[in-house]
Parts: sequence; structure tokens; C-alpha cells
Amino acid sequence: MTARLAYRRSRILRERAIELTLFFAAMVSVFTTVGIVYILVKESVVFFQQVPLWDFLTDTQWTPLFDDAHFGIMVLLSGTLTSSAVALAIAIPLGTIIAIYLSEFAAFSVREVAKPFLELLGGVPTIVYGYFALLFVAPILQWFYPALPGFSLLSAGIVMGIMIVPYVASISEDAMRAVPMSLREGSYAMGATRYQTAVKVVVPAAFSGIAAAYILGISRAIGETMILAVAAGMQPNLTFNPLEPAATITAYIVQVALGDLPHGSVGYQTIFAAGLTLMLFTLACNIAGHILRKSFREAY
Amino acid sequence: MAYARDLGAIRALIASHKRWDMLFGICGLLALMIGVLTFTALFVDMAIDGIPRLNWDFFTNFPSRHASQAGILSAWVGSCLVMLVTAFFAVPLGVGAGVYLEEYAPKNWLTDVIEINITNLAGVPSIVYGLLALGLFVYQFGLGQSILSAGLTLALLILPVVIVATREAVRAIPQGIREAAYALGGTQWQVCKDHIIPYSSAGILTGVIIGMARAIGETAPVITIGALTFIAFLPAAPISAQPPFVSLEWVMSPFTVMPIQMFNWTSRPEAAFLQNAAAAGFVLVFMTLAMNGLAIWLRYRLRKNIKW
Repeated sequence: MTARLAYRRSRILRERAIELTLFFAAMVSVFTTVGIVYILVKESVVFFQQVPLWDFLTDTQWTPLFDDAHFGIMVLLSGTLTSSAVALAIAIPLGTIIAIYLSEFAAFSVREVAKPFLELLGGVPTIVYGYFALLFVAPILQWFYPALPGFSLLSAGIVMGIMIVPYVASISEDAMRAVPMSLREGSYAMGATRYQTAVKVVVPAAFSGIAAAYILGISRAIGETMILAVAAGMQPNLTFNPLEPAATITAYIVQVALGDLPHGSVGYQTIFAAGLTLMLFTLACNIAGHILRKSFREAY
Repeated sequence: MAYARDLGAIRALIASHKRWDMLFGICGLLALMIGVLTFTALFVDMAIDGIPRLNWDFFTNFPSRHASQAGILSAWVGSCLVMLVTAFFAVPLGVGAGVYLEEYAPKNWLTDVIEINITNLAGVPSIVYGLLALGLFVYQFGLGQSILSAGLTLALLILPVVIVATREAVRAIPQGIREAAYALGGTQWQVCKDHIIPYSSAGILTGVIIGMARAIGETAPVITIGALTFIAFLPAAPISAQPPFVSLEWVMSPFTVMPIQMFNWTSRPEAAFLQNAAAAGFVLVFMTLAMNGLAIWLRYRLRKNIKW
């Protein structure tokens, strides 16, 4: 009897131990977030002790590695925002049209082929897109507009937009597919055409999901690194003109990481301050997406 | 007479609406075609530039100052070793977390925090993971710019992918299976180990492959932790003829990976190196496409063959 009891106790103990192990596996994601915030804030605090926050936000020069050091994040931010705007100008219309087409117009067989294809397109490494932007898209653009420099926010932004299309299309399409059939049937019964049903019934009904897809696209564009590091040049340049080359926040981090700055120098800390800025922007996007999803969700 | 005119007007209206339908259908096809064409252009452009460089020497040579002698030996070995470390950490952690969230987690605020957190992590730019690794793994833990640091970083990066895939696969298993196993006296872990995990393994595998395909193409975080771009040696061999036969020395070795090698060649002005970049890119795209294709095919098979 005691043997059985001991067996049972050891069994319960083992079960508890396993549950605890699995719990820790799940907590790793929380530790990761805590780690990211801790590292970014820790290094940024040291950085802001040497560079006033006001200078960081308002200075119009970014020359952290020169003797006459200036730390105006605006310069890098302008590159990030301009390239993201170009990318979104491509990704949002194309992604939305593809999503509406696949969800409302396309035959079953087209969708069965197109969906995995879009997924494959999303799986191409970004460095390859960078190569493509620099050596294929930029020369083509120069053919149309000879004054365009070899490195430009435009060519990088266009390719970035194409890279984002699969994400926007696939998430928007999922949202539209989730709209109940009865809404479409109601619309068709009133004599509406496919186009009218798609644009006036399905899209508004799926709006929260589509908006979430756009926001994901925005945070992808802001965080994209290699396309910009390869094709947009690495010169800091305060500009909102996509025809110029300019460094972005992410390209700057890569540039610093490629050199060998000593651990603990101001140059080393700038990449964490830049990373914190990046993180805050994507966090804002994520929160906006969350709110949009919550407040515009249609319950069926 | 007025009736006939109305009828004509209505017919015209219907025709114009139908035209809009057609027009939009064509627009949709065109938009899809832009995607297809871009992809074809990308692939063909790289193939034309790169395939002449693809020969045995390209795979067995170290990088070199002379473009024609440069190869990707250290890069592909480095990529393979980093992937090994990534899989070693990401698979057990991801599957464990997924099983915990589906089978064990109580409904409380902590579970909510974990779930929201995983969603948010999927949206964090990859370069931020690089900064985390630089601050934490490289300096705080003193792992240095090693294969281990890179593998851990990429493991954290693909963790959300593995967790989400595991959860979806586990959720698809009907409740009856669990009830049957419990009815025979199985403990929760026995149910998971002997039923839930084996039955969801194909779905988990799909997620793992997609995650690994993403990790193998990731450049930014690996550059950020300070991977070198010029490595002309291989890490210590993991298996040797003398005891203790297996050595873990290689995990602390400096390394380079395929995308970094490609980046290095892309940022050089000489045309010969750009050819090398194209060849490396071709190999890289081929690998990721093969992995993604395998995952898509697996999922397709799974959907067709599933019968509970």
C-alpha cells in the first residue's frame, strides 16, 4: 500500500515538474520582451546622460562618429518615414486589390495557386530583395529618370513595398473571407454586382482586419533593414525627397555594427538610442492596430 | 414608350455595372501579375548573373580578395551550424510553450500577458532582436560574437512562429482523443507526450520549417551582434576520431552566414563580386524556397489526409 502511495506521490511530483518546465518555456517570450526593454533602456539612459534629449529630438545633423558630434534623430527618421511612405504607397493599393480579387472575384483554382505563391514571395530573404533593388530596379528607374542616383529611397522603397504586398494581401484576404456569406447573399439579393458587394459590403465589414493588415505593413516598413542598407545608401540626409539617397534608423544600426566600435563608447550607445526610437514607433503601431481591431470589430 | 425607355436605361445601367465588375477583375489579375512578374524578374536576373559562378569550387572555397576564387564554404557551413543551434533551442521551447498555452494554461491574467506578448513579439523588427543579443548575449552573458549567440538570437526571433504553429496544430485535435486517453488513466503529461504531440507533429513541423526558412535568410540581427564578413577558416569539427568524440568547441567559434556573405559582396563596387553576390543569392533563394515549398506541401498533404 505504501509502495503504491509513494508511486502516486512521485507521479504527481513529476507532473508538477513538467508543468513548471512547460510554463517556463512559455515565459521565455515574456523574458524576451523584458530583455529587449531592459537592454534598450539601459544603454539609452547612458546615452542620454551624455546627449540631452532635446538635442536628440531637434538637432538637424546626425554625425555621431565625427569630432563635431551631432545627434539629431530627425535625420535618420526622415529616411525611415520617406522610404516607408514609398513602400506603403505601393503595398497598400496592390495588397488591397489582390486581397479583394482573391476573396471575391477569383475562381477557386486561382486562389489555390495564388495563396501559396504569395507565401513564397513573403519568404524570400530581404537581402535578396536588396540586391534586386540596387542592381535591377534602380537601373530601370534611371532609364526613365536619368538624374536618379544609384542609391535612392525610391528604388529601396518600391522593392520594400513589393516585399510587403504578400503580408497585406494575405491578412486582408483572411479578414474578408471571415465576413459571413449571408451579408454577401443579402447584397446580391438586392441586385448588387460583385464589385458593389465587395467594395460596399465586404470591405467595410472586414475593416478592422484590413486596418490591422495595413498597420502590420507599416511596422514591417519601419523595421525593414537590409533592403535599405543595400539600396538606399548609408549617408545621413535630412530629406523627404524619395529621389535622394538617405540612411534610415535601421541602416545606421547595420553600419555601426559592421565597423568595430568599442563596447561602451557613445557611438556604441547611439545604436541603442536609435533602436529604442524604432521600437517606440513599432510599439505605437502595434497598439494602434490593437485598438483598431478592438473598436471596429463587427460581431456576427 | 416611357416604359421602353426606362428599360433601356436600366439595361444600360446594368451593362455599366457589369463593366465595372470586369474592370476590377482585370485590375486584380494585373496586381497579381505584378507580383508574379517581379518575382520572375528577381529570380531570372539573379540566375543569369549567378549561375555561371555556380560550380564545385564556389561551394568549397573560402572568401577571397580575388572574386573568381572566392567561395561560400565558410558561409554555408556557418549557416548550417547556426541553424542547428537555432533549432536546438527554438523547437523544444516553442513546442513546450505552445502545448502549455493550449493544454495547461489556466485562464488568468498571466496567460493573457503571455498571449498578447507573443502577438507583439511577432511585430518587433528583427534588428531589435539583434540589439537585444548584442547587449545581453554578447556582453552581459559574455558569449561573444559566436555561433551560440547567433543561434540563440534567431531562436528567439522564430519562437512566435513555432508557438503559433504548435497551438494551431494542437487545437485541431478533437477533444475526444484527450478524453479517451484520460479515461484510460493517463496523466496530463502522458496524454500530451503520447497523443497530443505526436498527432500534431506534422503541423508543428510545418511551422518549424517556415521559421527556419525565415531564420536562414535573416541578415540584420546577425550583423548587429557583430558577425564577421570575412572568415577564412571553419569552426572546430563537432565530431572527432579521438575521445571524447563529440566536441562543443564550435559553438563559441566566430562565424559568417550566407546572407552576410551576400551582403558583403553586394556592397562592393566591382562587377565580379556582384556576380558572386548573385550566385550566393541564388543559393539562398533556392534554399528558402525549397524549405517554404516543403512546408506548404506538408500542410496541403495534412489537410487532405486528416481524418479523425
